[in-house]
Amino acid sequence: MSLRPTRFPAVSRRLHWLMAAMVLTMLFLGVGMAASVSERYRFLVAIHRPLGLAVLLLAAVRLVNRLFNPPPALPDALPPWQRIAAKASHVLLYALMFLMPLLGWGMLSAAPYPIVIYGSLHLPAILPRDPTLYAWLRQLHTDFAYLLFAVFLVHLGAALMHGLIRRDGVFKSMV
Amino acid sequence: MNEAPDSNDKAAPLSGTRVLARLALIGVVLLAAAGAFAYVGGWLSPSRLTQDRMIAAFQSAGGEHLGFRRNHAKGLCVTGWFEGNGNAAGVSKAAVFAAGRNPLIGRFALAGGMPSQPDAPATVRSMALRILPPGGGEWRTGMNNIPVFAVNTAQGFYEQLVASKPDPASGKPNPAAMQEFLARHPETVRALALIRARPISSGFADSTYNSLDAFRFVNAAGASVPVRWAAVPLQEFAPESGAQQVNPDKNYLFDDLIARIQRQPLQWRLVVTIGQPGDPTSDATLPWPDDRQHIYAGLVSIDRVFSEDQGSCTDVNYDPLVLPPGIEPSDDPLLSARSAVYARSFTLRAGEKRSKAPSAVTAAEVQAGGTR
Repeated sequence: MSLRPTRFPAVSRRLHWLMAAMVLTMLFLGVGMAASVSERYRFLVAIHRPLGLAVLLLAAVRLVNRLFNPPPALPDALPPWQRIAAKASHVLLYALMFLMPLLGWGMLSAAPYPIVIYGSLHLPAILPRDPTLYAWLRQLHTDFAYLLFAVFLVHLGAALMHGLIRRDGVFKSMV
Repeated sequence: MNEAPDSNDKAAPLSGTRVLARLALIGVVLLAAAGAFAYVGGWLSPSRLTQDRMIAAFQSAGGEHLGFRRNHAKGLCVTGWFEGNGNAAGVSKAAVFAAGRNPLIGRFALAGGMPSQPDAPATVRSMALRILPPGGGEWRTGMNNIPVFAVNTAQGFYEQLVASKPDPASGKPNPAAMQEFLARHPETVRALALIRARPISSGFADSTYNSLDAFRFVNAAGASVPVRWAAVPLQEFAPESGAQQVNPDKNYLFDDLIARIQRQPLQWRLVVTIGQPGDPTSDATLPWPDDRQHIYAGLVSIDRVFSEDQGSCTDVNYDPLVLPPGIEPSDDPLLSARSAVYARSFTLRAGEKRSKAPSAVTAAEVQAGGTR
């Protein structure tokens, strides 16, 4: 007899879907930016920076929220490997939500570029000027973006498996 | 997002066919997401012009030189200051245009991806400036000694690079490829006529450098005007002499610049041209009429010179979109293209720093006052 998990609290669900939209937007903006030489490029960059900062701030809000509103337990019937996979992918998603904006901020600091949020609102540099460090962080920003997209696909696939095949209430707990 | 199955659905076990259908649906959703990502990243459209293809075109035209800029590869670092005189403060709120001194890190260079090309009179010369007002409001600009740019889109630039790729047999561009390119780009034919007709000066010091792209100035009241700008030398213009063309010194233009800076600071007036409604801002191949209002906005002074191997300009990306509040991009598509490709070039060379060969103009050459 599997225990039916309760839903996530409303604040957790809102944060989840808001950040899902933002993170996906960032991934598509980023991969488009890195290829583009069109007029769209500068608009994409102008959105990517403030949106990245917003993701970083919201990730912190979400982590704090998670402490006060722990997620509902997974169904007892879930095989152990799937529990581990769920746990690991969530840890990775949280880590990347913090790491991606910090890498972006750090690499712009090391380049150095002015880190324009909007108009004359700039972020301070968080790393010393170092071109070699910049090149390394820039590559990491790309690699982690692909990793984040891959984890997103796993997360989406698993969510749909719960919602459409297992129908064990895990999908419902977030909608 | 798919709706969660309702509780009736949960009660009823799924038939094998329905499980397969739902698995297929999940597969389609995941494939669509991955496909959209790949499409936006350009992997599904090999003919789309991307930063990687642009860099590849530069390297096929100029060769692959680790650690160097993919264009304007041969250069020299300088430092000095920009002294705003307040004349342009009414049209732009940028900090640089207030009366006062702002340190700058500059770079003089020759167009082309070959870091050791011999200096030649007709090769396009550039001046790039990174001006750092003490209170913030950094401004980076790269200017060339030509009156207009040869192309007006990234696609045009790419095609020009492909057409100027050296033929492996002769080592020179294939004239037929260039003819074919020009036949499809009448704007380049017109621009090249203006570029070839320009008076060529004796060196970097007496060259005028133009922004080519248009920008917009915004003042404190929020009023915006289209502008272009130029660095106009205070050094007297001397035409290049035929003797220079047979100069055995492969760095004669840079050596002359070193000697002159070490003798006395070189100076350029920064002259802003205010566009009128109807003046083309999205086409860098078209000149603006001569009778437009000019504002002398301040003085560029260059008093120190360094080899790229020691100078601080080497690690600067002279991105034309690093602009202070008060200077904004225009609708010129080349601005985004330049910003994007410069950024890629910077990332590549920053990562290749340890493999970089010495620059053509060495520290010893600068030390010796431009003699070799």
